[in-house]
Order: sequence, then C-alpha cells, then structure tokens
Amino acid sequence: MAATIKVVHRPELTFWEKLYIPQILCGLKITFRHFFRNLFLHIAHRVGRLTHLRASATIQYPEELRPLMSRHRSRHRLTVREDGSPRCVGCMLCETVCPAKCITIVPGEHPDPHVEKYPIRFDIDLGVCVYCGYCVEVCPEDAIRMDTGILNLAAYSREAMQLDIHELMDPELEKPIVDCSLKFPHQCKVSGEAMKGSWDGVEAS
Amino acid sequence: MMEFLLVKLVLVGIVLFGVLNFAGFHTWVERKQSALIQDRIGANRADIFGFRLLGLFHGIADAIKMFTKEDIVPEGANKTLHLLAPLFSVFFALVAFATIPFGPPLILAGHPPIELQVANIDAALLYVFAMLSLGVYGVILAGFASRNNYAIMGGLRATAQMISYEIALGIAVIGVIMVYGTMDLSLLVQRQGEMIGGWIPFWGIVVQPVAFVVFLTAALAETKRAPFDLPEAESEIIGYFVEYSGMKFGMFFLTDFLETIIVACLATTLFFGGWQVPWLMADGFHFPWPWGGVLPVANWVYVLLGVMSFSIKVVVFCFVFMQIRWTLPRFRYDQLMALGWKGLFPIAVVNVVVTAVVLVFFGEPSWPQQ
Repeated sequence: MAATIKVVHRPELTFWEKLYIPQILCGLKITFRHFFRNLFLHIAHRVGRLTHLRASATIQYPEELRPLMSRHRSRHRLTVREDGSPRCVGCMLCETVCPAKCITIVPGEHPDPHVEKYPIRFDIDLGVCVYCGYCVEVCPEDAIRMDTGILNLAAYSREAMQLDIHELMDPELEKPIVDCSLKFPHQCKVSGEAMKGSWDGVEAS
Repeated sequence: MMEFLLVKLVLVGIVLFGVLNFAGFHTWVERKQSALIQDRIGANRADIFGFRLLGLFHGIADAIKMFTKEDIVPEGANKTLHLLAPLFSVFFALVAFATIPFGPPLILAGHPPIELQVANIDAALLYVFAMLSLGVYGVILAGFASRNNYAIMGGLRATAQMISYEIALGIAVIGVIMVYGTMDLSLLVQRQGEMIGGWIPFWGIVVQPVAFVVFLTAALAETKRAPFDLPEAESEIIGYFVEYSGMKFGMFFLTDFLETIIVACLATTLFFGGWQVPWLMADGFHFPWPWGGVLPVANWVYVLLGVMSFSIKVVVFCFVFMQIRWTLPRFRYDQLMALGWKGLFPIAVVNVVVTAVVLVFFGEPSWPQQ
C-alpha cells in the first residue's frame, strides 16, 4: 500500500506581515475596540442604559449564580412521599451500582405491609462521590435525584462531607442537625450534639 | 543655600510622591485595563466600610499582604546579595527620575526661577541611561544570588536582552541629540518648544519619527514586560524573582511599573516635547497663521499647563504600553535577539547617518541664545 503523502504548504508571509508593525496595529485595533466598547458599556450600565448588552462575561459568583442545565448533576436529595416519609424502599440498587462505593444503606422493615422496606440509614460520602448519576438512573422508585442545584460543596473535615438521611431528604439542613421534622416510621433521636443516622428502637431486618 | 536645599527637597518629595503613587495606581490600571480588554470585570472585592470604589483598594490590600508575608531566603542563597538585589532594582529605577523636567521654570516673586526638575545635569540623558543600565544589576544579582537554575536563567536572559536593546536605544537617541544639539534634558525640552514654519511644534516625533519607533520598541524591551518579558516568562521559567517572597518580590514588581513610567517619561521628554503645550510660549498662546494673535497667560497658569501637559503625555504613554503588553504574545528568544540586532540596531544606525547627512546639507537648526 502506497503511503499517502500530504504536503502541507506553509503560508508565505507577505512583506507587510514580515514587517510586523501593521500586524501589531491590527492587534491593537482589536484590544482597543474591546477596551472602549466595554468601558462605554460599563459606564452606560452605571446610569441604567443599554443593560441588554453585556459588558463582561463575568458572573459575580456568590451573589450571581450561573444558570444550570436541567440535566445538571448537583448535590443529591432523597425524594419524599406525600406524608413526608422517604420514597426509598431500600432495594440497594444504587449502593450496588455506585462505582465509587460512596452510598451506605441500612434497610429496615416498613410498618406498612404494602411497602417492604425503608432505609434506616442512607449515607452518601460526597468526598468519594464522582457525580456519575448512576444512582439516579438505576432507582426504580425515583427516590434519589441530583437536582438540588447545590454546587458549593466544601467542608473543613471529611466527616462534614458525609451526608446522612436527614440532610439528603432536606437540602436546607446543615450539620450539626439537632432538630428534625422529617417523618419516619421511627423516632429521630439527638445523641450528643448531632442527630445520628442510627436510631434506638429500630431493628435492621 | 538653605533655600536651594529646601527647593530641591520639596521637588524630590513631589517627584517621589507622584511617581510611587502612580506606580501603585498602575497595579489597578493593569488589572482593570486587562479586564476590559478581555471582557472581564477585574478585581473589585476589596472594600473599606463597604465602599469598593471599582477595586481601587486592591493596591492597598496587596501592599498589606506583601509586608506581612513570610520572607523566605533559600538555604543556598547568598544572603547579602539576595537582600541587595531588590533594593538595587528599586533604587536605580527611582533615581533615574531625578533629571526628568516635568514643568517649565516657576517664577516666584523675588526668587530666581525654579526649574521643575530635581537635578539639572548637563549630560542628563547619559545619566538616565546609566541608571537604567545599572538597574539590570538588580535583576542579574537576583538570579545569581538565589542559587536557583531558573532564576539564573532569567537573570542571564535579562542581561542579554538589556545589552542588545540598550544599544538600539542609545543609538536611536543619538539622532535626537544631533538635532537638538544637547544632552541636557531641560534644554532639550525648551528647544522642542520652537515651531517649524510657525505652526508645527518642533517635537522629536516630527523630526525623528524613525528614531521614535526604534526607541519605543527598545524601551518596551527595557521594561521587561510582555512582549519582551523573557527574563520573567512565567510560563517557562518563573524568572529571576522565583526565589523571592513578600515585599522583596513586591519591590521587583514595583520596579517593573517604575521602569514603565520612566520609559514613558523619557519618550515624552525626547519625542513629545516634555512639558511643552503646542503654541504655548512663556508669555502666552501664539496662535498660528489662520487665527493669529497672542493670548497672554500668567506664569502660574503656564507652569500648571506645562505640568498637566507632561502628566497627560506620560499617562497616555503608560496606557499605550499597557495596551501593547496585553495585546502581543511573548517573543521567542531567537526572535528577540534577531529583532534587536538585525532589526532595530541597523535601522537606528541608518537613522543616525541620514540625520547627519540632512544636518550637514541643510544646516543645523539655530537656537535662541539662553
């Protein structure tokens, strides 16, 4: 097989390009255009004019948030039923599919005979999570979603990155959780300062 | 004698105050101008009591940060030279401002006219170039004393660059010296106040445009900023100040801005008539032919207009330098040397020869006696 030879012709520079000075002026023209356009627009924005034209691509982050795509995968949440109890039935599919092994579920028997199980514990270690979204896709009950829009996931300790079922069901909650209005088949107990994921009086099946 | 000292001290104070504040202001200009060029907003978070003032306080925040940072001296470094290098840089950059005349002579009743210039030296131009050349010792020493391969690489690059471009710079200026017949900057500026045919200012840019282009290019290389920032080259070798931290690093940074300002001052003085305002003589505006007539102004107005003219020209030059810095990418090292030795140097020499020939054939300009 004959080798295909592709000849790349380097573009010859014209005299004016070799002289370089006209090219510098071309570059300066571009930067000056951006400079004066943006300067004019910034001043116009200050007096409330021409606000439909953007002067900068900057998004002032903490005050101004970038619009997220509807499919964007942000922090997880556990969806709830109408009575406020978790939709999760403890089937362990998400824990099984998770490639990062960041989900820990302890299922327990549900008082309602139509519902087989419910999660006593449902912990996600966000320090390990890779945000692949497999847990959302695999869930048969639409019990876990990644649509909270929470992006500022940062903490001073590894422990604080581990979310328990309270925080997953109510994205407003932050550690330490000392009070909980979520509905469970069991009672939430405060142990020490924080509310723990394992509860007295409930036996794992 | 006491009066002389007092006047000089006040002048030194004015120059240092103005130059250092302008250099500090430069950090803000650099941030904001680059931001506008690149469709950004630029640093705007530092505030005092909730007032942000377009990020003007970031310069102060920087200074506080630099002064309170830990000062690290590498273990193998030459401690003395490591300390001296930033001091050298800043010192020579600041001292170079001494001979720049920034305004016409101020006349106070009952006193001799006060030259608005710290030191009136006969060979002022040589002095400025000497100080600029000595400034590079700070860079070389920084590279040498840090005992870091990258730092010494930056220092060596700076040396080669300075030598190459200072020659072009010096020869470009020779053309100007030949035309005005003086190296005294204050006399040089006075002579630029003359008119060609009564209406074109006799500025350096008019009579020496080629020298101006060469001077501007070489001067940009002299400031060690993009597109000639090979001694720094933060993407390849961090540069001669890689082993510096805290305010010592800040002094190198300050030197960069000071050199930009001194080069802007020199370009103004040599090519744009220094403090001269077009058609403004010591006794008032002399309007050219279509209008004619003389509009007399008082001495203090004359001085004020002169100082303003000088400041505006310097600011515009700094603005243009900044714009060029954010427009052009860095030269490759061989391109830099080729531009210096094969481009600017021959052009400057030809310019000197042509100037000499023109002066011989058409006669040197005659100047009014002092």
